[in-house]
Amino acid sequence: MFRILNKEVLAPSVIRLEIEVPDIERKAKAGQFVILRIDESGERIPLTISGFNEERGSISLVFQEVGKTTRQLASLSSEDCIADIVGPLGRPSEIENFGTVACVAGGVGAAVILPVAQALKKAGNKIITILGARNKELLILEDELCSISDEFFVTTDDGSKGHCGVCTDVLNELIAGGQGINRVVAIGPAIMMKFVCKTTEPHKIKTVVSLNSIMVDGTGMCGSCRVTVGGETKFCCVDGPEFDGHLVDFDELMNRQKIYLEEENLALKSYETRDVKRTECRCKAQKEEGER
Amino acid sequence: MKSEGNGRILGRVPAGEQLPQERILNFNEVVLGYAVEQAVAEANRCLQCKKSPCMQGCPVGVDIPSFIKLMKEGDFRGAAGKIKEKNSLPAICGRVCPQENQCEKFCTLDRKGKPIAIGRLERFAADFERNSGKISLPKKKKSVGKRIAVIGSGPAGLTCAGDLAKLGYEVTIFEALHKPGGVLAYGIPEFRLPKAVVEAEIDGLKKLGVEIKTNVVVGTSVTIDELFCEGYSAVFIGTGAGLPRFLEIPGENLNGIYSANEFLTRVNLMKSYLFPKYDTPIKKGKNVVVVGGGNVAMDSARTALRLGAKNVYLLYRRTEEEMPARAEEVQHAKEEGIKFRFLATPQKFCGVDGWVSGVECVETKLGEPDESGRRRPIIKKGSEFSLTADVVIVAIGTGANPLLLRATPGLELNRKGYVLANQNGQTSKRGVFAGGDIITGSATVILAMGAGRKAALEIDRYLSIL
Repeated sequence: MFRILNKEVLAPSVIRLEIEVPDIERKAKAGQFVILRIDESGERIPLTISGFNEERGSISLVFQEVGKTTRQLASLSSEDCIADIVGPLGRPSEIENFGTVACVAGGVGAAVILPVAQALKKAGNKIITILGARNKELLILEDELCSISDEFFVTTDDGSKGHCGVCTDVLNELIAGGQGINRVVAIGPAIMMKFVCKTTEPHKIKTVVSLNSIMVDGTGMCGSCRVTVGGETKFCCVDGPEFDGHLVDFDELMNRQKIYLEEENLALKSYETRDVKRTECRCKAQKEEGER
Repeated sequence: MKSEGNGRILGRVPAGEQLPQERILNFNEVVLGYAVEQAVAEANRCLQCKKSPCMQGCPVGVDIPSFIKLMKEGDFRGAAGKIKEKNSLPAICGRVCPQENQCEKFCTLDRKGKPIAIGRLERFAADFERNSGKISLPKKKKSVGKRIAVIGSGPAGLTCAGDLAKLGYEVTIFEALHKPGGVLAYGIPEFRLPKAVVEAEIDGLKKLGVEIKTNVVVGTSVTIDELFCEGYSAVFIGTGAGLPRFLEIPGENLNGIYSANEFLTRVNLMKSYLFPKYDTPIKKGKNVVVVGGGNVAMDSARTALRLGAKNVYLLYRRTEEEMPARAEEVQHAKEEGIKFRFLATPQKFCGVDGWVSGVECVETKLGEPDESGRRRPIIKKGSEFSLTADVVIVAIGTGANPLLLRATPGLELNRKGYVLANQNGQTSKRGVFAGGDIITGSATVILAMGAGRKAALEIDRYLSIL
């Protein structure tokens, strides 16, 4: 069992959990992920590590409530335990002094890019960060990212904060302005990473993306996470999760991410019914207590 | 020789089985095993040959005549104890060993086509002991005060760990998944090997003092060199061959196409057949095509059927004769209605909106033998045909997972990526031993166990002369 040390709500339905896993913390590097299972009937889900705390022997994981498992995970609080967590998995980010690196983060991708940007900054790179979200409520980790960035831009789809539009608008401008970007790291929804790659490809700027495919074991055993990179099948769990974005078949990735949409909806529905029942029970019990 | 009045040798006592039309609707065990009277009757057929030819067929050297003798006398717990002197996983082996190619093949009565059902008897003894609730522990030597790390909790690792514990070592098994058992937990389905049986046998090892740490991926969570630093005197690698092979033909990444590893792991380890009670989903196909001819292919096909498929086709590029699957499994699959297409191989997967919709196949004929000694399949021109499919399971074998190996300097591999080791399991790295599929490539549970046993003896020898 692994203990949750802290829980924070970063944005509506975006949660950060700090989990005590000294053995993983000691080994993990930026860009790697863990697989966790909440309880005996739970599924195994991959989450990329978003922070480390050496003193507390803990790692942070950020996720958005989208399905049954993330909903259940969000219902836990500090001092609760989860059954299983294994890692670090995947290859770490390539960290060296490339010169100027543009870190482009979309949505919850901000949490994944944070340790990578921190490590790149430490390695002596100039960091330009472009942080995008649908609206200002969904922007996360702004302060943390801003503090390690030499230049910092915010974009929102609805214009509620920063540039009104998408990340690639700003990236395009920076490239056109002759910023001399040596490398781009793009982490976010597959569609956003695809368009960042489309933006950088004509300029031949190496663009690294972190892929979030469906996994089971996370150790190369099942092949569920296979992606086509440069015409070859790769396993996201052991060959990635980071790949050269110009070689990734994003359309295939997005298709494969949809495999269990139907089942996920069913699981969520069944969980919510159970949840409502639980709440009803508690209300009833409290009511009875009150009457007494 | 026991015989009927007319001098004929009595045939094997058949074990009860669930009827095919019933069992395809559930995941319960297919073979029900013997009742007491059946077990005694079968044991009584044993000739107790002086030279015990059956024993040469057992990779772990179980004293077969002695345990059968105890069964004739009705001492089933004694029989279980006798088996466990050499085999710490009898209830598992009694179910999944290919006895027809091992002990039973050497049985004197095999010449008459009626070998003793040694596997069924082994299973009966082990089940009898477990159900009695009084499980005997094998004798354990005095502690030698040395720690051994075993990587992987499949058949090789469990056997190696059990044997070393008996020899007085402190053994820790490291398992990457959340549950121990390796292929016994994630691969072999419930209807062939109930998970409760696996858990009970693993519990037996824990009672022997073996510690099992789950959720540890040696190679990333910790390296072999670090294990030595932590005070382990020797390391056994029993990680198996866990990397799924794909066909590498067009359309293979379409939705609905699984590796057998993924399909079986979702169903067996994650219990997706109980979705949504269990959270892990699985695609339940109406028309399923399985590619491959081994036990894993049979397991996949029969699992798909139990998930509700209307048609399950199994494509194998050679003939039934070359199929590596056990005869019993093929028989069961046929009874259940799996449609075998021998001498056929897929060439391309077709899709609609990103989902697999069919398999384009071609017939094959057999040419000259290849390096495996089996005749090589050759494509027959103009014999193309296609099958409708909404789920495809690729069960064409596995390779070595490079995760641990690439994190272990000094460990030599062969050209296929498996660990190089001598016949006793000694690798090129000092203090590191290996056994099972990680050396040989995909093989059987019992061969892995045999390798685990040899390595345990070799580790003991290595540490006593240090």
